[in-house]
Amino acid sequence: MTAPPALTCRELVELVTEYFEGALSGTEQARFDEHISACPGCQRYLLQMRATIAAAGRLQEDDVLPEAQAELLAAFRDWRSGRTNGATQGEHRVAFLERILGRFRRR
Amino acid sequence: MTAPLRDPGPVSATGTDDARLVAELRAGDEAAFVELVERHHGAMVRLALTYVPGHAVAEEVAQEAWLGMLKGIDRFEGRSSLKTWIFRILTNIAKTRGAREARSVPFSALLHDEAAEDEPAVAPSRFSPEGAWRAAPREWEISPENRALSTELGGVVRGAMEALPPAQREVMRLRDIEGWSAPEVCNVLALSETNQRVLLHRARAKVRRSIEQYFDGGTV
Repeated sequence: MTAPPALTCRELVELVTEYFEGALSGTEQARFDEHISACPGCQRYLLQMRATIAAAGRLQEDDVLPEAQAELLAAFRDWRSGRTNGATQGEHRVAFLERILGRFRRR
Repeated sequence: MTAPLRDPGPVSATGTDDARLVAELRAGDEAAFVELVERHHGAMVRLALTYVPGHAVAEEVAQEAWLGMLKGIDRFEGRSSLKTWIFRILTNIAKTRGAREARSVPFSALLHDEAAEDEPAVAPSRFSPEGAWRAAPREWEISPENRALSTELGGVVRGAMEALPPAQREVMRLRDIEGWSAPEVCNVLALSETNQRVLLHRARAKVRRSIEQYFDGGTV
């Protein structure tokens, strides 16, 4: 039996995401490990990819706007009182949509 | 460590938390609702933006999804995580709304285009004919204590992500900014494991190239 051909750098960079995801087959994983252990360029590429993922992970996303939160809370209270008072779903929906429309008219 | 590919799903890790939240919601507990809104509403609006035009419509879609969640909570069986279920409600509403607004290209179509082309992670000119690096990638000097650099780098990453095609951007955003698992992204966006990975791969590769240009002093 002959060993599978060694991986090139060009091929390795296309396997990095599968490597991170643990999605390489046993043979592919072995070829990947073999190449990376002997190739400083690909080691650095792998570090760059990790740094890229880490930099994205440090980005902050916007929080919920206070007005959106207040409206959701009001909708939640409508829903809850409907559960106890037996209002129909249709009535909730109307109340809810009116609230939303009211907001956008104000803008 | 990398996550195992055939993750059984997020259910087991968050199962007890989900069970508590569901019980509290059914009992009409406002704090549980607020907790969920704080955790997911921002991400829901951002995901909705992939399907509908404009922030105002996306906000409406997210609000409608919360209402759908409340209406369905008595029927929630916990076969997926609460989070996955909420986001599936959201994408269903967003798709319907997007179709009605007649603007949106279906996500499946975006995905097809973005995954179909052959797109190398690294420019072919960087490799010799034998496929070895002509010039090896450089080491990046990133120290988290360097606030100015971190801020600048954040701007580079944000800019690079905004320039990505929509499906690639969305997958990278959910995975790397929101911290979702691969199965969660596949489930909510109705992607195969392979397509999820192809989109993520291309997105990250492009963002890496932008950072590289930044460090090499080129224009980004």
